[in-house]
Amino acid sequence: MAFKELELNMGPQHPSTHGVLRLKLAVDNEVVLRIEPIVGYLHRGLEKLWENQSYVQGVPLTDRLDYLASLSNNLAFVLAVEKLAGIVVPKRAQYIRVILAELQRLASHLAWAGFMANDIGAVSVLLYGFEAREAIMDIFEEYAGSRLTVHGIRVGGVVEDLDDRVTGLIRGALLEIPKRVRDIQILLSENRIWKQRTAGIGAISAAQALEYGLTGPALRASGVRRDLRRDIPYSSYEDFDFEIPLGARGDIYDRYQVRIEEIFQSLRIVAQALDNLPPGEIRARLPRVLKIPPAEVFQTIEAPKGELGFFMKSNGTDKPERVKMKAPSFVNLQSLELMCKGNLFSDVVGILGSLDVVLGEVDK
Amino acid sequence: MTSPFIIDFLIPVGKIAAVIFYPMVMVIVMIWLERRVVGLIQRRLGPNRVGFQGILQPLADAMKLFFKEDILPERADRLLFNTAPILVMFSSLLAFCFVPLGEPVRIGAYELKLWVAESPVGLLLVLGLSSIGVFGVIFGGWASNSKYPLMGALRSVVQVLSYEIPVGLTCLSVVFIARSMDLVEIVRRQETAGVWYGFLLPVSFVVFWISAVAETNRAPFDLPEAESELVAGYHTEYSGMKFAYFYIAEYTHMVLVASLVVVLFFGGWLPPFPSVRALRFLHAVPGFLWYLAKIMFFLYLYVWMRATFPRYRFDSLIKLVWKWLIPLSLVNLLVVAVLSYVL
Repeated sequence: MAFKELELNMGPQHPSTHGVLRLKLAVDNEVVLRIEPIVGYLHRGLEKLWENQSYVQGVPLTDRLDYLASLSNNLAFVLAVEKLAGIVVPKRAQYIRVILAELQRLASHLAWAGFMANDIGAVSVLLYGFEAREAIMDIFEEYAGSRLTVHGIRVGGVVEDLDDRVTGLIRGALLEIPKRVRDIQILLSENRIWKQRTAGIGAISAAQALEYGLTGPALRASGVRRDLRRDIPYSSYEDFDFEIPLGARGDIYDRYQVRIEEIFQSLRIVAQALDNLPPGEIRARLPRVLKIPPAEVFQTIEAPKGELGFFMKSNGTDKPERVKMKAPSFVNLQSLELMCKGNLFSDVVGILGSLDVVLGEVDK
Repeated sequence: MTSPFIIDFLIPVGKIAAVIFYPMVMVIVMIWLERRVVGLIQRRLGPNRVGFQGILQPLADAMKLFFKEDILPERADRLLFNTAPILVMFSSLLAFCFVPLGEPVRIGAYELKLWVAESPVGLLLVLGLSSIGVFGVIFGGWASNSKYPLMGALRSVVQVLSYEIPVGLTCLSVVFIARSMDLVEIVRRQETAGVWYGFLLPVSFVVFWISAVAETNRAPFDLPEAESELVAGYHTEYSGMKFAYFYIAEYTHMVLVASLVVVLFFGGWLPPFPSVRALRFLHAVPGFLWYLAKIMFFLYLYVWMRATFPRYRFDSLIKLVWKWLIPLSLVNLLVVAVLSYVL
């Protein structure tokens, strides 16, 4: 029979494209020849919207970027604004921001572990991951009032001080989450089927990963020691003691191990920040209307998905002239074809899951 | 009581009704069991509103499917598309005719047998009938004229055909020992031998169980309908009652496989240790209940496996059967054959 490749369309409505991603695949007998991600189904024009909102009003919009890590987006945007305006944030607010951002990283990684395992067919892990994430959602609900699109970080500080109830919930979560994560590890880490599905699949070398601009856990899984919390510390990250977990081969299994290890490191950071919380104000004094003289800044943070950056240009009014966002999911998605080529169709969902893309961030 | 009308007409008709009714009831129990047990394993409740502890939930779902619109894809092959669900359903129901559900019950002078047909090649017939279901899967996937169902159907065919070999080979080792292919006779031989064959042939049992799970397309071998890859596999394009047919047939097949395991390896309706004198009192419990308890255990095992393991990938699945299970079952067959000749 003559060779004929099959063009397969995955999504935008497909159980495991994590939202409205569409993949155009060319397969030969389940072997992937080409893969083309088609994005834009969730485009809301956020970069344009920011130009029409004041700096302070722009922050809640960032909640909708990576909707599994809204506080990290808040932090990146707010840091850019503060850098632009030269606002000095009180130490206590910085520590609370670290607590919030690390809790958000935990929530994002736990949700990721669930989705990823579900893609590979381990259905129970999804629920275990979400159960652990639930503890963090409860903290956010108590702290800021909402669970998913949390608007907790404001320009100049944070929305509220940590009261006893919130600290109690955080302490509870610090005890609860390791148990659930160990459950996940017991189910997956040494499971033969899991290893068959993940080890050596979707591997990307350190050189290629840097070439493709991969960031975050996906880059560290390839063995590149790059973490902005350590390299370009922001929001007092230099005060905390934590390790940067690294992988070696850059395959799905390493990405899984790196993220699971990051969960434990984030727990460490939260515990340290909570123990050493300095006294003081939680918000800097700001003018009623924040007008920023013309300038340009670029500010990146280590978001759960990778390096999240905001380029911001001010023009003397209370609105930014231009905001450009460097979304880690969008950049990481580019390496999908490299990772999938030559692998089986079944691996595509696993590789896509291991990259941890969120379409709200890809499409902006 | 012994009028020919009852014996020759009413009882056979009743049995035929039972052969349809019994798997259906088991399917309902199984769907409920699966959803509740998976729920509990995943630390949530599962359906518990409809009826006692949600036992009527599968019925409610069936009603919903019954009233749903029956969609025929525009470019589908009408004949094959409609035949497929019937074929799948029919083959898995028919196989139950040969499964002995319990020991014969004496009512006066009449002996009521708890199986519809006893054939000297019953085992062969059951295996053959359950393979006919594959045709339904191919037809369904092919006739849908859509890519995901086609890929699901192709995967399913390769998988089922490959796994039928170890199933057949392990069944053969049982046949060697029992010296019969009659399912009823196999149970009786286990009674006279005084031991369940599962303890005599542990390797056969393990290989049979793994292959049978793969043959029913259940997790961790549920590739043909791998949700995260192929949406719903070969029945992606089906809706309403036709989808329900596929769904019910899958669960019927699971009940059938559990029954086969029990009959071949765990003594069918026999109580544990059938020959031990001290345990004679166990015979007081009706055989049907023993059988039921055993198949419930294996159905539970199905659910347990599904909640625990990730899904195999297609190539490692095929490697598993051709590189491990088939050689293993061949060696096992040889050993059993030699030993049964020598001893």
